[in-house]
Formats: sequence, structure tokens, C-alpha cells
Amino acid sequence: MTFLRRIYLALFAVYLLGPIFVIAAVSFNAKKFLAFPPRGFSFRWYVEIFAAEEWLTSLTASLTIALSSATLSVVIALPIAYVVWSRNLRYAKALLSLGIAPFILPPVIMALAFLLMFSSIGMYGWAINVVIAHAVFLLALPLVTISLGLESVDKELVEASRTMGATGWTVFKTVIFPIAAPFAFAGFAFCFVISLNEYIIALMTVGFTVETLPIKIFNALRYGYSPVIASIAVMFLVINVIVFSLIAKFSNLPRILGAQE
Amino acid sequence: MSEKGIANKLLLLPSSLVIGAFVIVPCALVLLASLASISDSEGWVFALDLSNFARFFSWFYIERALFSIGLCMMVVVISLLLAYPFAYFLSGFSAKVKNIWLIYILAQLTLSEVLIAFSWQILLSRKSGLSNILVSLGLFDKPFAMTPSATGVLLGLVYLVIPFMILLLYPAFSRMDKSLVEAARTLGASPLRSFFTVVVPTTKSAIISSSVTVFVLTLGAVIVPQVLGAPKHWTLSVLIMDQAVFNSNVPFASALAVVLLLLSGGVIGTIFFLGKGKTA
Repeated sequence: MTFLRRIYLALFAVYLLGPIFVIAAVSFNAKKFLAFPPRGFSFRWYVEIFAAEEWLTSLTASLTIALSSATLSVVIALPIAYVVWSRNLRYAKALLSLGIAPFILPPVIMALAFLLMFSSIGMYGWAINVVIAHAVFLLALPLVTISLGLESVDKELVEASRTMGATGWTVFKTVIFPIAAPFAFAGFAFCFVISLNEYIIALMTVGFTVETLPIKIFNALRYGYSPVIASIAVMFLVINVIVFSLIAKFSNLPRILGAQE
Repeated sequence: MSEKGIANKLLLLPSSLVIGAFVIVPCALVLLASLASISDSEGWVFALDLSNFARFFSWFYIERALFSIGLCMMVVVISLLLAYPFAYFLSGFSAKVKNIWLIYILAQLTLSEVLIAFSWQILLSRKSGLSNILVSLGLFDKPFAMTPSATGVLLGLVYLVIPFMILLLYPAFSRMDKSLVEAARTLGASPLRSFFTVVVPTTKSAIISSSVTVFVLTLGAVIVPQVLGAPKHWTLSVLIMDQAVFNSNVPFASALAVVLLLLSGGVIGTIFFLGKGKTA
């Protein structure tokens, strides 16, 4: 059994990491054409991301959108999660479910909904659209993580500080916030990473005016192979790994994922 | 107390406005647009027109819907079989090893569908793909391109959803009482037997809910079918995007979106209803 287990785990690791390994190998290729195993070794396709203006523009646009939409998403989610936790209002709970719903549906449905919405109020193609759309689409993530964070706040601690004369704001600042903040950060980070990688909603809200990196990559794919795509894939994977390592460091990753330790 | 009530409502006001304006209104617009008529002068006008749905009920689109459902079901079964043992082993790893795996799996899970499709495009290509390995093993004479094909789409989709499947199953294993397995082993059950008679039954509800989630997720994939498949391998989501973006037929795209919504909502609802009926 241990033998079978080892073989299975090894094969599974190869399956998960294999495609990533191939991309990484291709990204260090010295030649312009696709070659695996790679010919020569060079960093030129990494330099190209920052040297070629078209790629850099897309990268900057994607990063700006991801940062703004993640911030907006946390700002919208925070009061909802807070009121559900502190007052357990039925209205707040309804808002919570409505906020989670868009993330569960196939994204193309929300993408179409946003397209219709923005074009009927005359905002078609505005750059701000994708920020709002991503913030709303990803609302489920900060809602869930912040709720989890608040659940771990001891309500007796809150009562105690109230009895000792602390105002609502002071309680929030000194008791609730420090405990819930790492979870809010986790929600922010999840939003950031998914927004950075998201294609269909970006395409249908701003696809013809702003070229985010996933849109740019897809367009490039249609015109044939470019080694820059491989280097971007590696760069994105590294960004994702860094973000999730930060979450793991500052809050409890297994717990956020629903595990019981 | 009433002062607090007002404070709470004020606190919720901005979020309510955002959710109202950007969740409820857009979804209502999709429903309205699915009933709109196409007019030559204005593109389309709101009406109570069922012709968009009538168009769906042609063999072409029914076939696409059935293909999408069949494909997603295969993806669910394959990814479940591949990921289930891993999720089980993962819950038994030491905290450090577990964290490293979780970080990697999350990084792959959030990697853009565009990039996953790209990597499989390379893996399935003639020049540098897997077929070269098959040739060196002596199974084939010369390397061949494995895309566009239904198999290519299937391989890409399974790889896309595997991290989700692992992370959805993993909490159930972490909650599972490991002493049950030990008890079964002490009573003389073989490791495989205890796996199938103890581990699998106790995680049944997790298997069902993860499968449903992955099914809906696969149904939403738009890039893998386009990059790794021919138009005949396109799923409903791809058709919706194609109608909305490239054919500018928003009413028909909306009707297809309503169908997709009913389909995914129906699957989620049915499974959970059945699940509830059994436990009750």
C-alpha cells in the first residue's frame, strides 16, 4: 500500500507540475520558435515583457484593475459581513447571499449581464467598468473570508470592552479589526489574483478599449505562437505563489479553505 | 436600539446600492433581453418575443447543450477519480508540506484559463508535444498533432478543474475522524478495503457537492474549448460569448444564458434536494 501510494503521489505530482515545467522550459528558449526540449538558454522573453510596450501596457492595465477591484470588493464586503456577524439581520444575510451568487454562476452569464448593464446606461467600454464588474463578481471571496475572520472574534471580549466604556468605533479598532484583518487581507489577495487572471468578464466589459493581459494573450494565441506568453505564464504563476504564501504566512490557509485543524 | 438600527442601515446602504445596481439590475436585464426582438434599425428592442428561445430548440443548439453536459460530466468523473486519493493523502501530510501543496494548488487554480489552454496547446502539438514521447516509446511511427479534438478539450478541462476538485474535497478529509480508519485496520480490514468501506462512505456528501461545483465550473469554461477544440467542440458558454461579442446578437446570447442558468441552477438544485432527502 505504501508503495502504491508513493507511485500514485509521484505520478500525480508529475501530472500537476509537468505542463508548468514544459512552459517554464519553453520560456527560457533562446530561439523564437517553439521548441521543447529548449534550444539554448536566455532571459530574453522575460526582458521582452517589460521592453515591448504592448506587453507592458497590458501588464500595467491588469495590475491597476486587479488592485482597484480587490480594494473595492473588500470595501463593499466589509459592512455586510460585519452586520451579519454583529446583528445577524435578515436583510444583511440576504445581501450576503446576493453577494455570493455571481461567483457561483458560470462567469459568462455575469459577463453578459455587465455588458448589457453598461451599454444600456451609455458606459460601454469605459475602463472603470471592469473594476466594478470584477469587484462585484469576486465579492464572494472577501465576504466569505471576512465572515470567517469575524467568527473567530470572541464576542465576550467585545462585551467586556463595551462594559468598560469603549465606544463602537474603539471596539472595532482595537478588538475586532486586529483579529479580522488577516482574513480581510486574504479576501483582498484572492480577489487580486483572480482579477489579474480573469478573461471573459474583462473581454465583455472593456475588451475593445482596454487590453488586459489575459485578453492580450488570447489575441496573441490566435495569431500564432509567441514565446513571451510562456514567460508571462511563469511570471503569473510566481505572482500567484507569492500572494498565497503571504496569505499562508499572515492567516490560516487551511482554515480559509474550510478545513478543521 | 433604534439608533443602532439606523446606523446599521446606513452602514449597509453603499453595499446595498452596489449589489442592487450591479447584481440585480444586470441579471434582470439579461432576462428582459432574452425576450427582446431583433430590429434592423436599432439592433434590438424590448418585447415579449419567444423567438430567441425557439431558436435554441433547434437540433443544432440542443446538440450543443447535450454535448456540453456530457463533456462536463466526463470531466467531473475523471477529475474526481484523479483528485480524490490526493485530497485524502493531502489531509494526512505534515502542516508544512500541506501548506506548500496548498499554496501551489491555489497558484495553479488561479492561473488564467488562457495560460492553461496555452500550455496544453504546446503539450498536444506535433512538434514538441506528448506524441513525441509516444513515438520514443515505440507506440507510434511519427509525432502527430492532438488538437483540435474532443480529447484535447477533455484533457485541458480536467487539468483546469483538478485543483478545484482537490480543494473542495480536502475539508471533508480534514474533518474526517481518522480513528475510524485505524479501527477498521485493527479489526483486520486491508488498507484498500478500509478505504472503500470507511473513507469513501464518510465523504459521500463532499463527493456530491464537489462534483456539482466542478460541473458548473466546467460548464463556464470559455477558452479551453476554443483553443483546444474545433467549433464542433464548443460548449454553451463559448456560444454565448460568440453570439454576444462577435455576432452582436445580444437577445439570443441572453436566451442561451438563461438556458445555461436554468441548467446549472437545475443541476445544483436537484443534487442538493436529493442529498437533503436522503439525510432527512
